[in-house]
Amino acid sequence: MARICAEGLRIEFPLYHFGARSMKKRLLGAASRRVRADAHNRVVVSALSDLSFTIESGERVALVGHNGAGKSTLLRTLAGIYEPVGGRLTVEGEIGSLIDPSAGMDILSTGRENIRLRALYRGLNAEQTAALEAEAGEFSGLGEFLDVPIHGYSAGMSIRLAFALATAVQPQILLMDEWFSAGDADFMAKAEARLEELVTASEILVIATHDMNVVKRWCNRVIRLEAGRIVGDEGTEGLV
Amino acid sequence: MSSLSTPRPNHYISVDAANPRHVERALADLRDGLSQWRLALALARLDLRNRYRGSVLGPFWMSLSSLVMLIGLGLLYGALFKFKLSDYLPHLAVSLIIWQWISGFIIDSCTTLTSAEGVIRQMRLPYTLHALRVAFRNALVAAHSLLLIPIVFLIFRQVPGPEAVLALFGVVLIAINMVAGGLLLGMVCARFRDIPPIVANVVQLAFFVSPILWKPELLGDGMVWMALNPFYALLETVRGPLLEGGGTWLAWLAAIFYTAVHVVLTGVLFTRFRSRIAFWV
Repeated sequence: MARICAEGLRIEFPLYHFGARSMKKRLLGAASRRVRADAHNRVVVSALSDLSFTIESGERVALVGHNGAGKSTLLRTLAGIYEPVGGRLTVEGEIGSLIDPSAGMDILSTGRENIRLRALYRGLNAEQTAALEAEAGEFSGLGEFLDVPIHGYSAGMSIRLAFALATAVQPQILLMDEWFSAGDADFMAKAEARLEELVTASEILVIATHDMNVVKRWCNRVIRLEAGRIVGDEGTEGLV
Repeated sequence: MSSLSTPRPNHYISVDAANPRHVERALADLRDGLSQWRLALALARLDLRNRYRGSVLGPFWMSLSSLVMLIGLGLLYGALFKFKLSDYLPHLAVSLIIWQWISGFIIDSCTTLTSAEGVIRQMRLPYTLHALRVAFRNALVAAHSLLLIPIVFLIFRQVPGPEAVLALFGVVLIAINMVAGGLLLGMVCARFRDIPPIVANVVQLAFFVSPILWKPELLGDGMVWMALNPFYALLETVRGPLLEGGGTWLAWLAAIFYTAVHVVLTGVLFTRFRSRIAFWV
């Protein structure tokens, strides 16, 4: 059973590579809520402060909030990329993240080489690699372009490959940053169907989004973030 | 789709800031990173291919430049130091090629983590993997020049004895230092952006104070002090077996000592700061 449990989760970004001294004067002087000096007198931005929530299997959570509210940071924390400076986080279940589907692609390699590279990143064996190659090759509909360096792809083509690769594996916990809109109309329909399949089959969905239609259609819980804090955590019934 | 959904290593995350389990997680990083050596090697080969894309000679440009340096420096410094060319060139070939391997690696390792920024911030991967990638990349580059050593040996009829096998241990020592160095320099340079130019200066200085152009014998009684130079110690673990019948025990001891210090230092810093790396890059 997949489960996510956070207690008092806190993430802080240290600001190292700027003139700390002058910035301190400017930012701290302005009675800022999120920029402050930590115990070592460094300037830090509190990206997330004191988040507590539990997400059980079957829940489809929308993270909503303004730009900079901490949605993407929270997704990355759930994916195990950022480690909290305070609090506790437990994530049980296999994680699939569609945060940046093109991460880890090599633009000078062909589509096929990129598929094999992704298989290595995922630690797949030879048989699974062949399966991924067949699956992603077919789904992306790139045909002969699979053997062309993705450097020479159109924007739509690279999105198609990235999408096919990112969605080829069914995770228990699906983390998404915004709902995809990929490629031409023809592919859009296919992509929508694939996403539906992925979302429905996953035990937990956490999606950061601005789009209320996505929230209404896919989610049954909304966590509202504001300046790195949870300001609302409710079902989707009340949404208009 | 179902055939692909196998359990992956990231099935369970449990972080508690009050009980960070630094040591356990650093060891897990090392173990996972080493077990993904195939990925590291594939990435290293990709780096090499991309770096020399469209070039006719590719990485053999490195061998060619080593050859030109070897001939140029060999003739000039051989004459300046009044060395017999048949003694000097084999020494220079081994020293120069191993030095190019080490120095190229050191410069490259400053960007171990910063150049992997895009991946680090999007995917959960062991940091050791990135260090391994840089180590592989530089080993592959160096391997292209390695052939020059047997060629020079053949030309000057320099036949190493059975103790030449020890050079393999030297190479292993250097390799251990590279995986550690990739992490250590990668971390320090990600945190403090002024370090790379300092490193470049130190490497340049090290080239002149290490016996590459000159031979350690020239120092006479001062030779014992050479052991204070870690670069000399490491070079000697390869040069000694190939040219001097094994190398001095002092150099070996020093090389092992420096490697141990390097590994422990890296271990301590990595254990302490591993969880911060994602915020540094």
